[in-house]
Amino acid sequence: MSDWYRDFANSGVGTTITRQFGLPRPAVLRRYEPGEPLLPGPAVIGTAGGGRLRDALTRLLRDAGVPVLSPVAADGSDDGERPAAVLLDATGVTGPGQLAAAHDFLAPAVKRLRASGRVLILADPPSATDSPATAAARQALDGLVRSIGKELLNGSTANLVYVPDGAEASLASPVRFFLSGRSAYVDGQVLTLSAADVPAGEDDETPLAGRVAVVTGAARGIGAAIARVMARDGAHVVAVDVPAAGESLAAVANEIGGTAFQLDITAADAPARLVAHLRERHGGVDVVVHNAGITRDKLLVNMDAARWNSVMAVNLQAQLDITEALLAADGLLRPDARVVCVSSQSGIAGNRGQTNYAASKAGIIGMVRAWAPAFAGRGATINAVAPGFIVTEMTARMPFGTREVGSRINSLQQGGLPVDVAETIAWLSQPGSAGVNGQVVRVCGQSMLGA
Amino acid sequence: MATTPTPGRRAAIVGGNRIPFARSNSAYAQASNQDMLTATIDGLVARFGLQGEQVGEVVAGAVLKHARDFNLTREAVLGSRLSAATPAYDVQQACGTGLEAAVLVANKIALGQIESGIAGGTDTTSDAPLAVNEDLRRVLIQLNSAKTLGDRLKALRGLRPGQLAPEIPRNAEPRTGLAMGDHAAITAEEWEIGREEQDELTVRSHHNLAAAYDRGFFDDLVTPYLGLSRDSNLRPDSSMEKLAKLRPVFGTGPGATMTAGNSTPLTDGASAVLLASDEWAAERGLPVLAHLVDAQTAAVDYVHGGEGLLMAPAYAVPVMLARQGLTLQDFDFYEIHEAFASTVLATMKAWEDPRFCKERLGLDAPLGRIDRSKLNVNGSSLAAGHPFAATGGRIVAMLAKMLHEAGPGKRGLISICAAGGQGVVAILES
Ligand SMILES: NC(=O)c1ccc[n+]([C@@H]2O[C@H](COP(=O)([O-])OP(=O)(O)OC[C@H]3O[C@@H](n4cnc5c(N)ncnc54)[C@H](O)[C@@H]3O)[C@@H](O)[C@H]2O)c1
Repeated sequence: MSDWYRDFANSGVGTTITRQFGLPRPAVLRRYEPGEPLLPGPAVIGTAGGGRLRDALTRLLRDAGVPVLSPVAADGSDDGERPAAVLLDATGVTGPGQLAAAHDFLAPAVKRLRASGRVLILADPPSATDSPATAAARQALDGLVRSIGKELLNGSTANLVYVPDGAEASLASPVRFFLSGRSAYVDGQVLTLSAADVPAGEDDETPLAGRVAVVTGAARGIGAAIARVMARDGAHVVAVDVPAAGESLAAVANEIGGTAFQLDITAADAPARLVAHLRERHGGVDVVVHNAGITRDKLLVNMDAARWNSVMAVNLQAQLDITEALLAADGLLRPDARVVCVSSQSGIAGNRGQTNYAASKAGIIGMVRAWAPAFAGRGATINAVAPGFIVTEMTARMPFGTREVGSRINSLQQGGLPVDVAETIAWLSQPGSAGVNGQVVRVCGQSMLGA
Repeated sequence: MATTPTPGRRAAIVGGNRIPFARSNSAYAQASNQDMLTATIDGLVARFGLQGEQVGEVVAGAVLKHARDFNLTREAVLGSRLSAATPAYDVQQACGTGLEAAVLVANKIALGQIESGIAGGTDTTSDAPLAVNEDLRRVLIQLNSAKTLGDRLKALRGLRPGQLAPEIPRNAEPRTGLAMGDHAAITAEEWEIGREEQDELTVRSHHNLAAAYDRGFFDDLVTPYLGLSRDSNLRPDSSMEKLAKLRPVFGTGPGATMTAGNSTPLTDGASAVLLASDEWAAERGLPVLAHLVDAQTAAVDYVHGGEGLLMAPAYAVPVMLARQGLTLQDFDFYEIHEAFASTVLATMKAWEDPRFCKERLGLDAPLGRIDRSKLNVNGSSLAAGHPFAATGGRIVAMLAKMLHEAGPGKRGLISICAAGGQGVVAILES
């Protein structure tokens, strides 16, 4: 599905018109292609406070083939090249006074940022200190990064990662994700890492090689995109969808060399059948993506029980039941398993006519957070991904006005693509993402809703 | 002469796939045999992750076949996601095609000639071949071989309007001119099969099939096709009252009992079964649902010999039982193809009949009664429909799954009657 307005705004005459009238100028986003470098240009790393991550970051970038420039001097002199990423190591800030250094570094660097550039700030979590001044400074970065996200143009994004003491090893996977084209539509997000055993020596091209991944709702839309990206990254995908969707499910499975498993996830015996299937065919499972979801919209006062119950059953109860069954099945869920649950912007911001849907999607966030410690205990993770406005067959059927407004009210001024959600989920599914647990990652282009 | 079973390796049934069966000229009106077979193989490939895999052999066929489909199965393989290096051949044994294909694949596996194979069948009564009538065919051949314009004109002068009428394939026996249903009606009368018991069997078939769909039994046996996700002939609300309203369509006179309800309708569809050696399955983490233990064909002289057209399975089964040292009661499930409700009932009645068993089968004692609660428990052709060559694959995959679910050491009997007075039967064991 093409974005006609984005294409127009980037055409010769469109550029003139949109500039003249101050209309939105959505950019063509830099999206990940296998074989491409992590960044299309150099990065610049600055510090505010102690900056205990700077050396590790520099090494990480150099290992990935990214040249690291020195920060732009106060007098504006620089290495000559415009950066594709601006990283600020703000670990060690102890009070608001040190934030001036953040401003000093960021202002000239961000000014020179390339299109589809990345601003990434790293800091200690505000919750990890007793000092109000320190917590204030750390929390201030949250407001800073979200505002930068809103100021950036040309498809650039800004995100913040809180790195607690001892979680340094967890850093590589999220840094690579946020800098790469995989995070094209992830903007204005704040992630908190945890300490974890991160396996060494990951293969960047096929980080999911040898892993068995279940994807529910894989017959079409976002689920089909998840299945494709997972397979591209090396996973064997068990594609699950309702029997009635079996024809397109088989087509997806055949396209990606996976297998089709027809199953209504709300059936009473669905968890048992999935467990039996995974045990018999694969001996275990590494990744589970709870993507299947439905909407049955009505204003609360007009909503019947069938609408309420069916949405709860598919969107929330099935995720709970299946996850519980997998955890209970001895040895089935591999120790370093990754579970990713698809929530929604509606679950964060609420949405008129979607009391049932929003409740179910908010419920997923509660579930993920509650389960995270137990998952961490076994070396596994569970996270939620909340898509914003994603261009699918569903949104193509929306009235023109609703669709246009819905897709523009975010910092990137466009709707995301199913592949954007898929890339985020595939990243969370990597063995190297062991330190990302209990998080909610929005794939929304920094939507104004619920932010 | 009785043959003796050779012990050795047995072919495993790994699983199957079929598309929902559609009543003639409905959902699949535009689909060819090759389309349906290809889609069915692709569904099997998706279920078992066989993309790019070279299986030992694919064997399938169609009963109503276009001349252009001389290499139907190989063409379907080439259009599928299997490796293009997978050999294939066509078979045809009327309604026995699908089961015969499975037996052929299983035998090669048992002999160690192949490690895996797919057996299938497809049939369409919607996209059936229309032949030009015999007179026109001769004119056209003459025209084609004429060398001069004069000769061509001469050939064309032989054309009459009546010759333009196409020949539509009929479900009739070439040697008797009788429709299969009329043959079945003769047998039904001979064995005094009543209307009520036929309707009862029919209702049970519909209810059993609907219940199986409802509990998700077919989730790993059927893949939707062209918008259809269940057999379109299935009537979950079928009842004795509804069936009683139908008028007989086969047989004549007040004794006629066979209606459009208790006879299978013309149907389009396809099925495929994955067979393999145990080792091949284990290497790929694929299940072994059951093994094909034995099979037998038989034929009867329905033209001059005074036997019913569809009675051959009644002869095939005792031969196979004797070879295996089994009795008719040694089974946990019976799958007797419901070409017509009366056929199933006549077959079972024959096995219970001392005279038939002694005089026709040469047995000292009748084979005896089948526990009806073990018969066609997940529905059969009366409800699902019967795309001729696809029925065998439907039954083999389904029975294998039933046996697997029932646990190890369970046994099932398949009995399929076919045009030309033939029958194919087989034993599966989990
Ligand atoms: N499209 C968006 O803009 C958007 C935004 C936020 C969240 N989401 C969420 O993303 C997920 C995928 O959305 P989509 O847009 O691709 O929707 P979609 O309707 O295109 O696909 C959902 C799939 O889930 C399957 N499914 C439904 N019920 C099922 C059941 N009981 N068992 C098995 N499978 C079942 C459907 O058959 C379908 O193939 C959903 O959870 C949705 O809530 C989508």
